[in-house]
Amino acid sequence: MKIFATYNIKGGVGKTTAAVNLAYLSAADGYRTLIWDLDPQGAASFLFRIKPRVKGGGKALIRGTKRLDDAIKGTDFDRLDLLPADFTYRNMDLLLGVANGKPTRKLAQLLRPLAGEYDHVFLDCPPSISLVSENVMHAADVLLVPLIPTTLSVRTLDQLTDFVAGFNGHRPEIRAFFSMVDRRKKLHQETIKDLSAERSGVAVTPIPALSMIERMSVERAPVTAFAPSSVGARAYRALWSEISKDF
Amino acid sequence: MTPGLLDFVLEASVWDEPGQDLLPAVLDTLSQAFTVTPEAGVPGARRRTWLDTFDWRLYRAGLMLQFEQARRGGRLLLSRADGTPQAEQPVTGWSPRRPALDLPPGPVRDRIMVLISPRALLPIVRATSTVSVMRLLNADGKTVARLVAEHITVTAVAVGPTRAGSISVGTTAELPLRLAVGTVRGYPAQARKAAGLLAEVAGVSHSSQSVFTAALAALGRHPADYTSGVDAEITATMPGSIAVARLLLRLLDTLEQNVDGVLRDIDTEFLHDLRVAVRRTRSAIKLLGEVLPADLAKHYAAEFKWLGDLTTPTRDLDVHLLGFGSMTGQLVAASPADLEPFRAFLVKRRAREFRRLATALRGPRFRAITDDWRKMLLEIRDAAPRRRRREPTAVGLALRTTERAFGRVVAQGNAITQDSPPESLHDLRKRAKELRYLLEFFAPLHDPVAYRKVVGDLKSLQDCLGDFQDSQVQREEIHALADAMLAERAAPAATLLAMGEIAAKLTLSQAEARADFARRFARFAGPAGRERIRVLLEDRP
Repeated sequence: MKIFATYNIKGGVGKTTAAVNLAYLSAADGYRTLIWDLDPQGAASFLFRIKPRVKGGGKALIRGTKRLDDAIKGTDFDRLDLLPADFTYRNMDLLLGVANGKPTRKLAQLLRPLAGEYDHVFLDCPPSISLVSENVMHAADVLLVPLIPTTLSVRTLDQLTDFVAGFNGHRPEIRAFFSMVDRRKKLHQETIKDLSAERSGVAVTPIPALSMIERMSVERAPVTAFAPSSVGARAYRALWSEISKDF
Repeated sequence: MTPGLLDFVLEASVWDEPGQDLLPAVLDTLSQAFTVTPEAGVPGARRRTWLDTFDWRLYRAGLMLQFEQARRGGRLLLSRADGTPQAEQPVTGWSPRRPALDLPPGPVRDRIMVLISPRALLPIVRATSTVSVMRLLNADGKTVARLVAEHITVTAVAVGPTRAGSISVGTTAELPLRLAVGTVRGYPAQARKAAGLLAEVAGVSHSSQSVFTAALAALGRHPADYTSGVDAEITATMPGSIAVARLLLRLLDTLEQNVDGVLRDIDTEFLHDLRVAVRRTRSAIKLLGEVLPADLAKHYAAEFKWLGDLTTPTRDLDVHLLGFGSMTGQLVAASPADLEPFRAFLVKRRAREFRRLATALRGPRFRAITDDWRKMLLEIRDAAPRRRRREPTAVGLALRTTERAFGRVVAQGNAITQDSPPESLHDLRKRAKELRYLLEFFAPLHDPVAYRKVVGDLKSLQDCLGDFQDSQVQREEIHALADAMLAERAAPAATLLAMGEIAAKLTLSQAEARADFARRFARFAGPAGRERIRVLLEDRP
């Protein structure tokens, strides 16, 4: 089971749209795929038309009184399941802090029993740097980091890379990709050019800022499903092809 | 894990719809609670074949084997009779079109080979379906269940036994539309709700039959419609001649049911069952022929002897080849490779003997035996009652002949001492077999518990006598085959030495069987054994 996590400390950079589309493409490729919506706002759950609610809330999951397995819902798509968000996830930091065992390894521990059932798991993380994100980094094999091509975003990537480098033992691979790219903006063009030249671990495929991708919230489905020939869908497919080849 | 579109976990919800197309009414009812929308990208056609052995070994073990064809290759699915999956195996380069003595390695093969060997898997029924899938959406537009509708056309692939009403290859039938509700993970209540709504539609009823069982019924076949056993319809009070004619007709059915399988050389059991039917027929003519016209019994005793003898060489070689693996496993000094020339010789000789057998089975003498024999037996069975006034009833005939046969076994067995020649045990084996056949012929007239006890004793004695004689016959055959191989210059020294080792093992087994004989015979013919046969024949309800 390979665990991917879409993560960025900043909000509104395209984490959920990436997680939803890449998970859809993974399932379409034949992989048994699960997406866990860890964001209490429940955007990924909303996009799959699944109610953002888990019986017993995050507390039941973290304490183990409800098995992850029992909370999973099937999406409308073959081989793709979702573990819904719950509003109580906003307190997940506190729950993880008082959980038994190592507080930074709890999510990894919870996911372990699903190894026989899924080939790929996508964790859609809330924007923050917290005990939740630290848990995600310890659980994930690959951190997928969407970057809006600006100077500040580059700084964020540096901070994240340094943070992960300080881990003992398991360290996730970091794969950044440019997100919400506006080709008309000179700053975007320059940042993409410079960063791609300077750094390894940055995907070649950028995800453009497109109204078709924004329409996902209206269609309530991945753009790769409802408009598979659109520019946005093609970009996600190219990105997935790059990622799946490497991992 | 949400399963593939054609693999939904059923919410115990398969329905039949007799008669007209009720799908519009079904969709209308479901739309009261759900938004119903077609699933895109569902493969529309589905091709499946069900397989079993000629004698239904999988069915009798409560199993069903299905091959589902895919774009490339396919997969084998083994399930229980109620549809519970047991094992699954993808296969490529394998097709169920021809009888198969083996399967590609995998979990399905691992589960079934021990059950079916040495029989071949035959395609029984083929189904071609058109599948459509509807998504059932909740108020959020989320798929919460699916409805799978399948129009199925079934085709008979194997021919059914003649006795059960022969159906020919290629017969087709339409099954009633089958509907299934598929659950979506996390939404079991919604699937139950859809199932409940379906049950309310007039004309839709729950189906307790699997597609396979429904297909067999539609094609006029019954599962397990072949058995090599004797199960003639006889009653205690019917005239003896009618009972014997029915018995012999049943044996003739079994014989004829196996001819095609023998001629196509599908597996060795066809010839085995054919030979057993011939042996039983010969015993019935010999032991019960008194109620048949004398000249008829005499003529057909000779004809069935010819038929039995005709099949012996091929069967003997089959036995050698079937036991080859265990034979090589017993070698201590020689290596299994040493026996390979022997195996090649057996295969070659078997091919030659089989050609002779097949020619004779296609010839006029065999056809005359079966056709005329049936005609005669039907005449006896349907003859006017006045001709039978002085003959015994079926039960009278059964008791008298069985008692006489038991007496013969006891007398011959008692006469056997340590110094008796092997032939005396061979003769006793024949008498024991005759007694066994008589018991089986008249089984419906006996108390089942008393019958089982007597047959249990007898079987134990027969096993011992069988081991004794088979060991001797096989050893003599190995000698004869060694001579033949030498004559044909097909016998390397290492092979002859290995064959010698096998012959020595057979001598040991024969000695073991001989040592065990006295104990087994005492159990059969001692006071307890006699009491069991007395209860069977005298304490009748």
